[in-house]
Amino acid sequence: MTSPLNREALLQAYRTMRTIRDFEERVHVDFATGEIPGFVHLYAGEEASATGICMHLNRNDYIASTHRGHGHCIAKGVDPVGMMAEIWGKATGTCKGKGGSMHIADLEVGMLGANGIVGGGGPLICGTALASKIRGENNVGVCFFGDGASNQGTIFEAMNLASVWKLPVIFVAENNGYAEATSSTFSVAVENIADRASAFGMPGVIVDGFDFFAVYEAAGEAIKRAREGGGPTLLEVKLSRYYGHFEGDQQTYRAPGEVQKLRETKDCLMQFAKRVTSRGELTMADIEAIDREVKTMIDDSVVKAKSDPLPPPEALMADVYISY
Amino acid sequence: MARKITYQQAINEALDQEMSRDPSVIIMGEDVAGGEGSPGENDAWGGVLGVTKGLYAKHPGRVLDTPISESGYVGAAVGAACNGLRPVAELMFIDFMGVCFDQIFNQAAKFKYMFGGKAKTPVVIRAMYGAGFRAAAQHSQCLYNVFTHIPGLKVVIPSNPYDAKGLLIQSIRDNDPVIFLEHKALYTMEGDVPAESYIVPFGEAAVVQEGDDVTIVAMGRMVHYAKEAAGNLRKKGIQCEIIDPRTTSPLDTDTILESVERTGRLVVVDESNPRCSMASDISSFVAQEAFGALKAPIQMVTAPHVPVPFAASLEDLYIPSPARIEEAVMKVKEYR
Ligand SMILES: Cc1ncc(C[n+]2csc(CCOP(=O)(O)OP(=O)(O)O)c2C)c(N)n1
Ligand SMILES: [Mg+2]
Repeated sequence: MTSPLNREALLQAYRTMRTIRDFEERVHVDFATGEIPGFVHLYAGEEASATGICMHLNRNDYIASTHRGHGHCIAKGVDPVGMMAEIWGKATGTCKGKGGSMHIADLEVGMLGANGIVGGGGPLICGTALASKIRGENNVGVCFFGDGASNQGTIFEAMNLASVWKLPVIFVAENNGYAEATSSTFSVAVENIADRASAFGMPGVIVDGFDFFAVYEAAGEAIKRAREGGGPTLLEVKLSRYYGHFEGDQQTYRAPGEVQKLRETKDCLMQFAKRVTSRGELTMADIEAIDREVKTMIDDSVVKAKSDPLPPPEALMADVYISY
Repeated sequence: MARKITYQQAINEALDQEMSRDPSVIIMGEDVAGGEGSPGENDAWGGVLGVTKGLYAKHPGRVLDTPISESGYVGAAVGAACNGLRPVAELMFIDFMGVCFDQIFNQAAKFKYMFGGKAKTPVVIRAMYGAGFRAAAQHSQCLYNVFTHIPGLKVVIPSNPYDAKGLLIQSIRDNDPVIFLEHKALYTMEGDVPAESYIVPFGEAAVVQEGDDVTIVAMGRMVHYAKEAAGNLRKKGIQCEIIDPRTTSPLDTDTILESVERTGRLVVVDESNPRCSMASDISSFVAQEAFGALKAPIQMVTAPHVPVPFAASLEDLYIPSPARIEEAVMKVKEYR
């Protein structure tokens, strides 16, 4: 059993999930006005996964993320103000406006990057874990990937490699039921992605991704084992996305009313608030104070992102080794 | 009968007509129909940008959605081609060649030659390419030069709806592996396209416009930028000849050389990065084959040697512009 969460930790968990939710809802609204450039994939609905897992990590642990990376970034401690500016393509962004939504990275806090290539993160996280193992540190690596990515060769190779090298890696399959328009019931040949764990000689665990506490608990065990040299785990988090694959997706592949029903019955934030208030661990006043604080922070981040400067022309040729 | 349709419709029509004509033609890729196994619509996407929309219902069992396993399905397309099918595999963004390149360049490309001429591999790999969509470094590359380097592959980059249809039909009927690249920015471009089926042969450049002062060789979207530049230059009394190679492998060197022999001045416009590019390749063979005809050093107009940046201000600088093409033409014209 992971030790129960104290008041501070509960506040932090809620604040992180609320920040992710509000960040995504706001990007959704601003994207619709046409002001945000490029491809944007929102994490709303899946907050408990990134939050419940990353709460066990410190700055020296790495995560590898996906195209749907905003939530992972926030949970790992990337500054949302810089992220917002990055998404708007501004010079003040996390990556100076050169990466955008699909490439937010901040190695100082152990965030190895969102990724435009599905399955790209698996091998990379084996590398960060190998480095810490060789140096005799007890840091871990967490690779987030989707149900669609679970069918990618790089993920299979990474799982096998992590096992044969006994690397401190946690493979987190975020199964939201779809890869773009394709259902995981079609694309994944077994019933659960976690069933594949045995093929790679590691434990496979399934967890309800709407339940922060279930994720926190399961991740805690896997991460503890990895830190103690017990090798990798495959954790399948079953959850759902509230928005389309990317902004602009009409989602005709989903059942009518599917998203509406999800929002009403499966909401990790609502579930969390209900549980902690009914047990008297936090009050509604605590929750509402965070709601207000986060709303102000997100609003401010957008005001700032809008008025921040675009990268200057000389940035085009910065961070390369040549000048042609 | 020709009527105006878009580049995207031209591609859809070519696929549709070839599938109707030849039952061995199949399509596969991620969400080429879209909605497999899901509770809603089955042809929900028809490809990420809707290019293959409608083919799923018209050709039952021959439009296959795949898991996200590019090595797996691209390789399977190659194998199916060895066993009598004519698969068209869609890679979505050409940048994803990174995860399945072995099946293309070590496998498909080599069979005919390496097996002593006994194999044929009639597979087409379609993908979109090019910058301008704020899609950043992993969804905006050109990469046609990478494929052009590899013996055994044919590489096609149509610049307009007419060529897109005729070249795709040729690609499907061709017995060698073909990389067929569609510029994202051209999908909505309209043009005259015959309703009936026709081919545009490989290795035959199009002379987009004639002119005696300067030769501009331009590919894909850059053909249109070259036309814009040439229009402005005409007002200054400079007549440009624009050549669109249409296929970079095989490359129609004759048409390019003939033109440079006449103009003595060459500008090559290529949206990809400069080193080991089509621009450097075409420049080098012209320097070798037509050195005596050249009146000025060849100019290349390319993207810089950096990944594609996300920010609007930087991506706009990254992509070669009509203004830069004009400048290059002035430079070769005024050299002496
Ligand atoms: C190698 C590669 N193939 C395909 C894509 C296009 N693509 C981007 S996201 C995506 C679906 C991913 O689904 P999943 O892994 O389930 O993640 P989710 O979007 O559901 O979070 C696809 C096919 C890509 N970016 N990279
Ligand atoms: Mg998914």
